[in-house]
Amino acid sequence: MNALNKSQSFDIEAARRRCVRFRRRILDISQTVPALHIAPAFSCIETVDLIYHGLMRWNDGKSPDTFLMSKGHGCMAQYVVLESLGILSTEDLGKYCKPNGRLGAHPDYGVPGIAASTGSLGHGLPMAVGMAYAEKIKRTDGTVYVVLSDGEVQEGSTWEAFMMGSTLGVNNLVAFIDNNDFQSLGRTSETHPTFYPLTDKFRAFGWETIELNGHDAGGLYEAVMSREGKTPMAVICKTVKGRGVSYMENVPIWHYRAPNKDEYAKAINELTEVTA
Amino acid sequence: MRNKFADTLYECGKEDPRVAIVVADISPAGSMEKFRKEFPERFLNVGVAEQSMIGICAGMALKGLQPFAYTIATFSLYRPFEFVRDDLGYQNLPVTVVGIGGGVVYSTLGGTHHCQEDVAIAGAIPNMSIIAPCDPAEAREATIYCAKQKKGPIYLRLGKAGEPVLTDKAVDPWQFGKIRYLKQGRDVCILSYGIIMKKAVELAEWLEQKGKSVSIVSVHTMKPLDRAGIEAALKSHQQVVVIEEHAPQGGLAAQAKQIAWDSKAQCDLKTFTLQDEFIHNYGSHDDLLAAHGLDVEKISQQLGL
Repeated sequence: MNALNKSQSFDIEAARRRCVRFRRRILDISQTVPALHIAPAFSCIETVDLIYHGLMRWNDGKSPDTFLMSKGHGCMAQYVVLESLGILSTEDLGKYCKPNGRLGAHPDYGVPGIAASTGSLGHGLPMAVGMAYAEKIKRTDGTVYVVLSDGEVQEGSTWEAFMMGSTLGVNNLVAFIDNNDFQSLGRTSETHPTFYPLTDKFRAFGWETIELNGHDAGGLYEAVMSREGKTPMAVICKTVKGRGVSYMENVPIWHYRAPNKDEYAKAINELTEVTA
Repeated sequence: MRNKFADTLYECGKEDPRVAIVVADISPAGSMEKFRKEFPERFLNVGVAEQSMIGICAGMALKGLQPFAYTIATFSLYRPFEFVRDDLGYQNLPVTVVGIGGGVVYSTLGGTHHCQEDVAIAGAIPNMSIIAPCDPAEAREATIYCAKQKKGPIYLRLGKAGEPVLTDKAVDPWQFGKIRYLKQGRDVCILSYGIIMKKAVELAEWLEQKGKSVSIVSVHTMKPLDRAGIEAALKSHQQVVVIEEHAPQGGLAAQAKQIAWDSKAQCDLKTFTLQDEFIHNYGSHDDLLAAHGLDVEKISQQLGL
């Protein structure tokens, strides 16, 4: 058992149970509205859960820290966490992608808990750098956590922000890269054979960088909590797209497909077995 | 004009610790250096990286700062366009995108540095306002407005350096969203904005020599456009002339015609704009304008006076 489990600061077993519930909740929603990105959410659920439950500081429902979902299409992971925290209501999620609802397939600034509008890739990191820098010069002590997809690291603007992040010395910025090795048209490693490894690239830009299993919440927690903290940090989370449902794992079609009734039952079954 | 902007920004920055400027590798004009020295934390240079310039400004605004993004107009608006649209327009953040050298004022640098479609492009973004001062005095008023407002993003179209003051005898004060009479006449009204206003002044002098009583109007706020003010100008003059350093589509010429149609204006309305063309030409600003057909002699010939 991980030592952190005993410290009670981040209960890994509780996190594991939450993440099963979050996956089931997303699958439930997929049976009412098929317009959602299941697999991209499933690959980053442990990360998003960790950020909200293990890293952000909370006081009376408010946090001085900021979370920004740069891979906006993974927002179901954020919505279900926000629902569990009571920041979004069950009614909000019930009206997901409906004409009178306020939640869409990409996060929208102005909705409770949503720090910025994303969905177009390559916007999150520049905004996160600006936010982290603003916290610095306002002396407000906030940390900014951002989740990027590995595909969006291909955007030039993301590299601009990596460069500027270290230039500005925003050590209050932690970027998680959801490294599931998939983008819309196939494997990222096949799209750009020189894309990986990312670790050396981020280090070369002056970021404290670590690469580890992105579904191991305890490992992620330990890595972030024990960071040197002199520079911004990049956490490369090795993940499986569609993680948790066998037939979705690493199968590109589940980027944007909703399961039919039988597929849904099978998925729920698998997740139930994990819980048991 | 850029020096006046820098002087004013320095004053605003001194008064308000939220005011910041993010530049993209452009040499700091005038007091910008003073701003950088006195408020080093609020002067950021992203280098040659305009997309992140806009994104970083958005992040700063989301945390309550009042940032200006600053570089040559083609690079502050065109290069990072989708960032301007999504990060600033869609999120409706109070960030000012400063475009230096709107129009063809970079007359020796070629078409890559000409910004002749910016009002149409910026104006098409919901929530975006556009201010295009005609002289350093208006640039000062506009900068103060931009530094204080909380309504949303603004595209501030500036000239370069050395523009004359044209508004010292203006009839009306500068007010965001309102046209401004620099001179009040009865027969002909010239509507213009930006640094091509110097041509409006020249044309007015020429018309006055022909015995006409001429109004000169600065349409410094190109969005939201003062439709009522323009409608009144169309109704109170026999002839209205638009002089504009911008493509024929989506600028003042097209919108003045729209307003004239909507309001059933009876005046003679003639518009003079840049051509819908990349003109491969060098020389002075006046030379470039002339190559686009914007010199007083050609305009007056077409006015048939």
